[in-house]
Amino acid sequence: MLKNFVMPDLYPAAPELFLVAMACAILLADAFAGASRRWLAPVLTMLTLIGCALITYATFDGTATLTFANMFVDDPLSDFLKLLLYVAIIVVLVYGRDYLAARNLDKGEYYLLLLFATLGMMVMISAYNFLTMYLGLELLSLSLYAMVAIDRDSPRATEAAMKYFVLGALASGLLLYGMSMIYGATGTLELGRVAQTIHEGTTNRTILVFGLVFLVAGVAFKLGVVPFHMWIPDVYHGAPTAVTLLISSAPKLAAFAMALRLLVSGLFGLAEHWQSMLMLMAVLSIGIGNLAAIAQTNIKRMLGYSAISHMGFMLLALMSGVAGAEVDPMALINAYSSALYYIISYVLMSLGAFGMVLLLSRGGYEADNLEDFKGLNKRSPWFALMMAILMFSMAGIPFFVGFFAKFSVLLAAVAAGHVAVVVLAVIFSLIGAYYYLRVVKLMYFDDPVDAASIRAGLDMRLLISLNGLAVALFGLFPDSLMMLCTATLVRSL
Amino acid sequence: MITLSHYLILAAILFAIGVVGIFLNRKNLIVLLMAIELMLLAVNLNFVAFSHYLNDLSGQLFVFFILTVAAAESSIGLAILVVLFRNLSTIDVDDLDGLKG
Repeated sequence: MLKNFVMPDLYPAAPELFLVAMACAILLADAFAGASRRWLAPVLTMLTLIGCALITYATFDGTATLTFANMFVDDPLSDFLKLLLYVAIIVVLVYGRDYLAARNLDKGEYYLLLLFATLGMMVMISAYNFLTMYLGLELLSLSLYAMVAIDRDSPRATEAAMKYFVLGALASGLLLYGMSMIYGATGTLELGRVAQTIHEGTTNRTILVFGLVFLVAGVAFKLGVVPFHMWIPDVYHGAPTAVTLLISSAPKLAAFAMALRLLVSGLFGLAEHWQSMLMLMAVLSIGIGNLAAIAQTNIKRMLGYSAISHMGFMLLALMSGVAGAEVDPMALINAYSSALYYIISYVLMSLGAFGMVLLLSRGGYEADNLEDFKGLNKRSPWFALMMAILMFSMAGIPFFVGFFAKFSVLLAAVAAGHVAVVVLAVIFSLIGAYYYLRVVKLMYFDDPVDAASIRAGLDMRLLISLNGLAVALFGLFPDSLMMLCTATLVRSL
Repeated sequence: MITLSHYLILAAILFAIGVVGIFLNRKNLIVLLMAIELMLLAVNLNFVAFSHYLNDLSGQLFVFFILTVAAAESSIGLAILVVLFRNLSTIDVDDLDGLKG
């Protein structure tokens, strides 16, 4: 038996293997390091992420390589998304450090769970088989459940963790049920062969579409789009802000990769079916997300509803790849690269916005109400400007990165002939601009409620300024990032 | 003679009981965890049935992984439940209403 065993090519999975080895090493180091060496875990975590980035960059070869019996793919898309993922996680580490230290949450567990969540996301990004996709997703989700509950004396955080856990488990169940149906119809778990079998047309389409419905529902849960969005506001609100920052940023990249691989690499033959589902979910998300956000007084909750509407926009781009029956490769790449562009700009803005909430919070005090942003301009004109840039960008006002992201998505949707949907999306975005601009109004025209000066480390101040400036700069020069997205997708799809 | 569709119908019924259990249960979080487990087991039945009738082992392989992950999942769920009970002194689903917008 064993003599038939062929050693898989480990080279394409080098960053993942490095991360696993380092996570185990940090686990041991943290267990044996005393209270005086608390700095060890965060420093090693940071080094691990930088090491992963170097390995991913060094092993980049511009082609798609399959390994582990075609379960794992290493293509330009996965490398690109992984590099963005490391950046997002490093930003999460820097922004969250003071907040966690003030609440005595910066223990080894936090950093380890963060690393395992990162590993889960990397596996999701590179998954080429239902099994690897499921395992990556579960590794991410299980780490996140624990991270939400890491502040174990907070009733709000534990309640949020319970809700997240139940709905997340339900989502995994739906996703698995869909996977089992597709496995039954096609006889394979590998995405490439699923696509091939569907293309041959010998499969039972009823079973396929039945499975597809569950699969799309599972993905929609993870992305957090209407009607599977119930967990987003509660989890964003209840979780410690440093964890909210994580949930709102990096996992979106992984969920995007999962949606793209499942729907485009695997089930492209069923595009006419998933297209209409995505359209419905996109319109409902943009509508309900923007309307519900207006009523919020808690900024974490408001940004949660705004995340729902942003994910709706992303779905709008994802469904615009195919217009009717004919497939135009140019329109296809255009639509998917605008989706990729959208998700990157969203992650950038979301990191900045939650970073500002963290910046204003301090020991024993959460700046998570809109009131806490009142008069920020008087307390710190520079950070008020950064927050204003982020809010303008999220609202989609020219010329910030959020505007070009929305614009390219809408262009792709118009090219696919969904004019009515585009009109609805624009109307709801205009309504949505109200609650973003309200934050700007509070910062510039109201008197501060809380007059304490802003105290944060130099690295956080620098990084958050860089984050705000990046949102402005990518808005002034959107072409380079867009071309990078297009080039990545052309070489990967 | 038991055919594939019998297994699929049974799995669908179990899955539906699981989903309904999550949404209708307003009393006890432990019952909710059981409903989640039932859903995953229904999926396992699906995989095993398909795997047998397709003569393909990968479905049964998937089941081993689902069983393992389900164990990890329920351990985390129970851990959160314990923390929740310490904080709120209740495991009623109806009492989870502290987060409102």
